[in-house]
Amino acid sequence: MLFFLPFLLWTLTMRPSHTHAEWKAWVAQPAITAALCVFLIALLSHLWVGLRDVLLDYAKPASVRNVAVAALAATLLLFGGWLVAVLINARP
Amino acid sequence: MLQHEMPQLPANALKDPRRPVFLNPLQVQMPVGALTSIGHRLSGIALALGVPAAAYLFALSLQDERGFSRAVELLTHAPTRVATVLLAWALAHHVLAGVRHMLSDVNVGSPLCVARVSAYAVNLGGAAIAMFVLWAQLR
Repeated sequence: MLFFLPFLLWTLTMRPSHTHAEWKAWVAQPAITAALCVFLIALLSHLWVGLRDVLLDYAKPASVRNVAVAALAATLLLFGGWLVAVLINARP
Repeated sequence: MLQHEMPQLPANALKDPRRPVFLNPLQVQMPVGALTSIGHRLSGIALALGVPAAAYLFALSLQDERGFSRAVELLTHAPTRVATVLLAWALAHHVLAGVRHMLSDVNVGSPLCVARVSAYAVNLGGAAIAMFVLWAQLR
């Protein structure tokens, strides 16, 4: 994430796509799709560690905390599935 | 003595009464590293809130031509621009503070004077990047 995020932000700001076709073609390059998949896994893992820490610190009592942590896990899994589907659909 | 006959004491009454019962974090003078650390947590929460929005824009932009134009249009709206500047601060601070944290995990920059300098560098670096993005958004 430390290296891919600057690359992604640089691409989006310095070499922006001006049409849908151009943008889709950029995302659909095998190397970019693969990198985005790895980035997605890293991002969701980091969200899990970070938000779980926050919930363990502040969500009380234990019943609320357990439900919140379970909801977080389910949400992150759903997000992962949805975004992988978006990436697959972008392929020609 | 039965439970209902016990005098109602505040929870802290058995401890030294001179000790502060409640600390207001806004009135405590915190070391600079504490601000870096609190900023790391706050920026992390802000970034987590930004992820669903970014994911929505990403999916929308890949949908079709209309979705792409809509995503580009949404990015130029004033509230999105404000959010962009805030998230730019959050990302910059989170990354810088995270790297500082990892370095201190492997014992780089642990002496207090070095840690204070790097904490100032992180706090000011995050703010500087946010100012740059603000300037870019207003341009």
